Amino acid sequence: MPILQIRQAIRDAMKEEMERDERVFLMGEEVGYYNGAYKCSEGLLDQFGAKRVIDTPITETGFAGIGIGAAMCGLRPIVEFMTFNFSAVAFDQILNNASKIRHMTHGQFGVPMVFRGPNAAAHMLGSTHSQAFEHFYAHIPGLKVIAVATPYDAKGLLKTAIRDDNPVLFLESELMYSVKGEVPEEEYLIPFGQADIKRKGDAVTVITWGQGVPVALKAAELAAAEDLSCEVIDLRSIRPMDEAAIIASVKKTNRAVVVYHGWPTGGVGGDIVARIQELAFDDLDAPVLRVCYEDLPMPYAENLENLILPSPERALAAIRRVAYKR
Amino acid sequence: MNQSEAAPDAAAETALDPAYEAKLRADYEGQSREDVLRDYREMLRIRRFEEAAARAYTRGKISGFLHLYIGQEAIAIATKQVMQPGDRVVSAYRTHGFAIALGSEPNACAAELFGKAAGLVGGIGGSMHFFDKKRGLWGGYAIVGNHIPVAAGHAFASQYTGDGAVTLCFMGDGAVGIGPVHEGMTMAGIMKLPIVFVVENNQYSMGTPLKRTLPVEDITSRAAGYGFASDRFHVTSVQETRRRLAEAVDRARKEGRPTLIELITYRFRGHSMSDPAKYRQKEEVDRWRLNDPLERTLVALKTIYQVPEQDLDGIDEAIVAEMDAAYEFADKAPPPPPEARFENVMAEGPYYGDSATTRPAGVE
Ligand SMILES: Cc1ncc(C[n+]2csc(CCOP(=O)(O)OP(=O)(O)O)c2C)c(N)n1
Ligand SMILES: [Mg+2]
Repeated sequence: MPILQIRQAIRDAMKEEMERDERVFLMGEEVGYYNGAYKCSEGLLDQFGAKRVIDTPITETGFAGIGIGAAMCGLRPIVEFMTFNFSAVAFDQILNNASKIRHMTHGQFGVPMVFRGPNAAAHMLGSTHSQAFEHFYAHIPGLKVIAVATPYDAKGLLKTAIRDDNPVLFLESELMYSVKGEVPEEEYLIPFGQADIKRKGDAVTVITWGQGVPVALKAAELAAAEDLSCEVIDLRSIRPMDEAAIIASVKKTNRAVVVYHGWPTGGVGGDIVARIQELAFDDLDAPVLRVCYEDLPMPYAENLENLILPSPERALAAIRRVAYKR
Repeated sequence: MNQSEAAPDAAAETALDPAYEAKLRADYEGQSREDVLRDYREMLRIRRFEEAAARAYTRGKISGFLHLYIGQEAIAIATKQVMQPGDRVVSAYRTHGFAIALGSEPNACAAELFGKAAGLVGGIGGSMHFFDKKRGLWGGYAIVGNHIPVAAGHAFASQYTGDGAVTLCFMGDGAVGIGPVHEGMTMAGIMKLPIVFVVENNQYSMGTPLKRTLPVEDITSRAAGYGFASDRFHVTSVQETRRRLAEAVDRARKEGRPTLIELITYRFRGHSMSDPAKYRQKEEVDRWRLNDPLERTLVALKTIYQVPEQDLDGIDEAIVAEMDAAYEFADKAPPPPPEARFENVMAEGPYYGDSATTRPAGVE
């Protein structure tokens, strides 16, 4: 099987969908001539031309809104945010238009489009460039929110996202674009709402997604060295969420830790904990713990950033705690 | 004012070309040797500071995004020269030049780039978030365009309190399309705020030339829509930039009328350290080099003012030594202590977060 980087898997997904469907186009800053700020659209301008691979000025509200308007007319836009930090500029378009058009128009219109780009902290980018946006977007009914951590998932889920009839927020990671993995040559799609067990285990369930995945996997490896077997569930799809997969695992392990990028207060992590206690209260042998950013803005200084970010060591400590092993 | 000038056609000129020399002489007419030497020294301090930053980045001492101002230094120096105490500069993420020009300590600037406690903002912001309030540097903003309404807010405060200060708000050519620019300028126009908006048109927004980001060539054509005065010119010397910025600052201070200025300039390095700038040809860069204000000043000092080569070398060596010392300082300086991350989040004092989930042990 070919080995691809995540950035190439993303590129291939867009390429194949653009070949398949004339209505699909890509729009964003530096996606064309520059081949993408992180080279996720390498070669697409050459192949599809400037009509379908569109470089925009720095106008997030503008091109998010143009995507929405075009989608209402039946096109299938892919809008790239250079990073999701800049999607904050377009927040009104996503919150008040993308998510609500179908509902507001009594179904006369839909918004079949994808907003994609890297999300969460990278390395030493400071507070304005280090934020995790699933916590904002997953709050909103009418949207779907996806986060990927492997080339295989990136390709299969992005193709699904492009074909989906709803607005999809597709979260990638600047730090993980070079992560490699096997990607089949033949076409495949991965349905939304299906978590993937990235590591099997029976002592502690570790729920994660996006940039949390490598942290959780590393922690599971450290835990294994202490004879603690972790089951690492990569949600992949945050909204819709695969509650069944989470609950099935928790019923087996009776313990859970959630590992993710983002603040603890008012986010997806807390939501997962709420669902677990609601659906599997009697199965729990320990409080469900979260390992995420400290509840603070991100400093530039490396030593401070490292203290705030979720680390395998912090995740291991939480795993030990829910297993009552200290 | 507001005359459109064509892109510089210096291709045929060389440093020894008579036309070049004639223009140079005209530009420096009436400028004293001392002033020109001062401008040269100050521009060179920025250039050498940033060249050292680029080297430190290559050695892995600096991380994140590092955007260099090389080629645009004359703007920061002229700005400093037209400011009165209390005036403010607000800019984006390409701000080292303003910091050095306004008198920020090179030690503190370098330490910020290294993420050290002695940095301008304690190592919290890095290259993109320089602030030095007491020297008039009010940021340091890394989300394109989002400082324009904030700068208008500073000018509003000046109008409100009658403090007499002028706010100089800088942005890139790539910023002028984004929403907050329009909103901030609309407010400044309606409220007649003491502000000068300066677009540093360095020809590119990352890899995108202006002609692909703006439907018209002349950015100042927007001024009419906000009721602003406007001006537009090539930055080829500190003195001309100073003269024309001063007019706008005066207008803001005395008449409360904003001005939109487009400064045509060039950045010689990539957008950031990770940009190899493959989207432009070497010939283009070379052509702009002939208009590099720093280079022109050096030529003027040699040819018009007859400053001996060894004096100029001496100036350069002293500045290189100053900057090397700053980076040496930054390298040796300690990182912020772990507790520093709890500071300045909330007004009340140290803040450990709202959630027991991540609050440090022992903190209520
Ligand atoms: C809202 C927003 N979108 C995108 C970016 C990413 N970005 C940073 S700088 C830049 C180019 C800006 O160019 P310009 O305004 O001309 O300033 P210059 O870098 O040339 O000084 C882009 C796209 C950002 N920081 N903020
Ligand atoms: Mg620019």
